[in-house]
Amino acid sequence: MNIIETEKLTKYYTRAGRLYRTGPAKIRGIVDLDLAVPEGSCFGFIGPNGAGKSTTIRTLLGLLRATSGRARIFGKDCASRREEILSEVGFMPAEASFYSGMRVGELLRFSASLYKRDCGKRAGELCERLQLDPLRKIDQLSLGNRKKVGIVCALQHSPRLLILDEPSSGLDPLMQREFFSLLSESHKEGATIFLSSHVLSEIQRFCSHAAIIREGRLAACGDVAKLSRSNAKRVTLYGKADLSQLAGIRDRKKTEQGETFLYSGEIRPLIGALSQAELTDITIAEPDLEEVFLHYYGEEEGAGKGEGEDDGILA
Amino acid sequence: MTVFWHEIKRGRTAFAVWTAAVAFLMVVCVFLFPEMRGEMEQAGDMFSSMGSFTAAFGMDRLNFGEFLGFYSIECGNILGLGGALFAALTGAGMLAKEQKEHTADFLLTHPAGRGRIVSGKLAAVAVQILMLNGMALLLAAGSVLLIGEEAAWDKWLLLHLAYLFAQLEIGAVCFGVSAFLSGNSAGIGLGLAILWYFCNIIANLTEKARFLKYFTPFGYAEGADIVNSGRLDGGMLLAGAALAAAGILAAYVRYGRKDI
Repeated sequence: MNIIETEKLTKYYTRAGRLYRTGPAKIRGIVDLDLAVPEGSCFGFIGPNGAGKSTTIRTLLGLLRATSGRARIFGKDCASRREEILSEVGFMPAEASFYSGMRVGELLRFSASLYKRDCGKRAGELCERLQLDPLRKIDQLSLGNRKKVGIVCALQHSPRLLILDEPSSGLDPLMQREFFSLLSESHKEGATIFLSSHVLSEIQRFCSHAAIIREGRLAACGDVAKLSRSNAKRVTLYGKADLSQLAGIRDRKKTEQGETFLYSGEIRPLIGALSQAELTDITIAEPDLEEVFLHYYGEEEGAGKGEGEDDGILA
Repeated sequence: MTVFWHEIKRGRTAFAVWTAAVAFLMVVCVFLFPEMRGEMEQAGDMFSSMGSFTAAFGMDRLNFGEFLGFYSIECGNILGLGGALFAALTGAGMLAKEQKEHTADFLLTHPAGRGRIVSGKLAAVAVQILMLNGMALLLAAGSVLLIGEEAAWDKWLLLHLAYLFAQLEIGAVCFGVSAFLSGNSAGIGLGLAILWYFCNIIANLTEKARFLKYFTPFGYAEGADIVNSGRLDGGMLLAGAALAAAGILAAYVRYGRKDI
């Protein structure tokens, strides 16, 4: 079963001040997004700023109304059954803002009471592990400590689904480790995790599935292992080679002793071309997720849908 | 209820300051009356010869030498305007501040329906206005008894009831406006309250602008009319209730569909 499912989910924002400004009246948020997050998975959601990650998350959580299309969580419609859905979701926003003047403990109790649950014991454990003092005033907390409050709020009621928007930014490496071990524990207990990030190594290490979003549209979706093990290879040459006859080359860069490029065409022509080259050395390696990501974002032309299909990693 | 108590707690400092200020000024005014009674009789003559200026505040129709006449002008302005500004600020900030302070993400991703959140916040506005008026009423009544004045208590209570209705209306309309705002709401709330206040002054000045009284809560909360007639104007009250209902309805509809 899919925990999160979207069908052609589209969100356009109405431009503010459109009476006196020129330009389009609508701003693209997400367009025709089809997403399926399997139950029990750790799902990474990758994209740079402005690609539509937060728009997707906010539409799923009912903060935004979709322009068209559908979104379902636990098989329930996100727009009409928001309350039921949210009672089993833990959400951590990218930039957590809390009520000023409150103490950490007070805020955690307020959060728990909105879930109509007593999470005091669990909250205490989480605060201890994250070294968060519940008696501190929220206004006095650093960014990292505020992030910890967000983590406890998201985890204390043991939700079935965790939606985390760039959760590790602002945390020091030790806390990041603690945070990911907390996530692993929740995952082992059966929670599904939806993690939006642009830290690719994090997604690669932690997630089993991932989707890449580009300019509001889904660019790729699938197993993380499969995404990084696409047909594309990172080829680095030391020497001179004539590659003019070769199709499927991207991200081609000259280096001091030769050149490097991503190759997603057939292997035989590549070998053919390389066999006639004057080379001193060569490496052909799997691209890491970072390169898959750059493939979708790095090059404006040629990195679009068409070439992605060659890789077999398009959704 | 969680949201209601949360709002009451969050608003307690502002509430305490406004209530203390309004009640303190009212008590001071009441205690000034015995000393000023003689002067006020003369002042009343003077005021009544000042033409439109006195008409603007309804002072041409009141006897300053009588306690209730004095009370409805002095305390009426303190509680009427002070309470109105408090109601406007509280109402206008209630929904908008969540977005301004970026706490809407926190609140609205919890399983509390938007309708329930609006209800909790609306109740918090109403209860704070009720409590401010209750405190002002108790302290003013105590002071009146202490100076030994025999006020016409039924009219006195009616005055307080009118101020309470006016503040509830202002609170409700500003609450409705609040659902449309995401930035600074205080200016808009205060602006509305002041606009209403001046609408009433203009309506007092000229018969041609009398219709304005139906659009401002200060129309039925006019001390001079209440003291003289001993009743509240039903038509104005009804218009006010309709405006308040429209504000509340707008809040539920708009906030229920708003993109955060």
